Amino acid sequence: MTNPVHAPALVELKDVNKHYSTLHVLQNINLQVAKGEVLVVLGPSGSGKSTLCRTINRLETIDTGSITIDGKELPKEGKALANLRADVGMVFQSFNLFAHKTILENVTLGPIKVKGMSKADAEKLALSLLERVGVGHQSAKLPAQLSGGQQQRVAIARALAMKPKVMLFDEPTSALDPEMINEVLDVMVELAKEGMTMVVVTHEMGFARKAADRVIFMADGQIVEEASPEEFFTNPQTARAKDFLSKILTNG
Amino acid sequence: MNVLIDNSELFLTGFKNTGILFIISAFFALILGTIVAGMRVSPAPAMRAAGTFYVNAVRNTPLTLILAFFALGYPQLGLPQISFMNAAIVGLSLYTATYVCEAIRSGINTVSVGQSEAARAIGLPFIPTLTLIVLPQAFRSVVPPLFSVFIALLKNTTVAAGFSVLEAGAIRAYLSERGEPLLPGLLWVALIFILLVLGILSPLQRYLEKKWKVAR
Repeated sequence: MTNPVHAPALVELKDVNKHYSTLHVLQNINLQVAKGEVLVVLGPSGSGKSTLCRTINRLETIDTGSITIDGKELPKEGKALANLRADVGMVFQSFNLFAHKTILENVTLGPIKVKGMSKADAEKLALSLLERVGVGHQSAKLPAQLSGGQQQRVAIARALAMKPKVMLFDEPTSALDPEMINEVLDVMVELAKEGMTMVVVTHEMGFARKAADRVIFMADGQIVEEASPEEFFTNPQTARAKDFLSKILTNG
Repeated sequence: MNVLIDNSELFLTGFKNTGILFIISAFFALILGTIVAGMRVSPAPAMRAAGTFYVNAVRNTPLTLILAFFALGYPQLGLPQISFMNAAIVGLSLYTATYVCEAIRSGINTVSVGQSEAARAIGLPFIPTLTLIVLPQAFRSVVPPLFSVFIALLKNTTVAAGFSVLEAGAIRAYLSERGEPLLPGLLWVALIFILLVLGILSPLQRYLEKKWKVAR
């Protein structure tokens, strides 16, 4: 694995602040994610970790500060923002597959409509990606006909079809039945091994240990700790992190 | 039965014009209503404001006044003249579009935010997100209210009778001029309206509801 600290930053957040009315959900966030790095974001619910993840493709706006991706500042709106989002893959907690489109159409939509790829090429690409995440034989079905784990793997394929520079995962396994979590995590571990830059909000310690280069721990809108997974899990520095780990480790 | 048979050409012309008014107005109302619904959920504040203003202004005006404006007021503006029929189509379309808009907007609200977030996340701009992802799903859930709007439009076409359009609502007046008994004539008109709704609109609604059954 490359040493991510010295590589140039692919995603950079500088002094990012965000409020929901009086609640200061992101407080002076400074963060860099290097190319090829896998960053896991941990924290109790309400700590701002999902919000942080969603600001990176501007599904959440920020009040002050700056976010740059591959050296370019996030555009505010319009075509420029849409173009940038095409480079940032996103996987949601609730899958969000397009409910009225088949699995294949879900994956080909972006390449055809955003990248102008021909239908035949898009389908070829989509089928190979669906094959890769293990749902190739489901391509003609509608999302509702698939299990949660299968839907989430399709969602990963849909994001990958845009050939993104970075993938954001917003609690990708939190809505899954326990027996389906691993099939999704396995796909994510594979991606990490292949060198995909990933920002992963998750409670899955197993994934963090196996695939993460770095862990950040958030609480009350701040990044409280930043360490390698091994360091963080075995030797957390702050009381909040210790408290958090004691809760999730006894449960998991 | 005699009233109907003796005046068949009157009934035919009347309902033919009702049909024309209905189909053309429904077509334009559907398109305009969809566009205005899109404006009302647009990220641009000016678009939202324009859409809201249009709906509030037109929906809260009695249809009779709107048709009066196009049939009687508009000709005095010195603009190119239009026939009473076309004036009625414009008025009915503009009026019905507000109801279509609100029905579709309620449908848009049933589509989960995650659907449009996912669309935006793969790089789709606002309009394709709306037309490819949100509206197709919104339409499925608004078939019943949308058909209520169109049934109301079918019946609202009779208001145009007051503005020199020979459609079904005007049949009664012509019948009394011809000295026909009033009640049977009225009942025939009512019956044909019911048949139009039950025979055409309701089956179409059932067909679309079945075809677009939402799978979630």
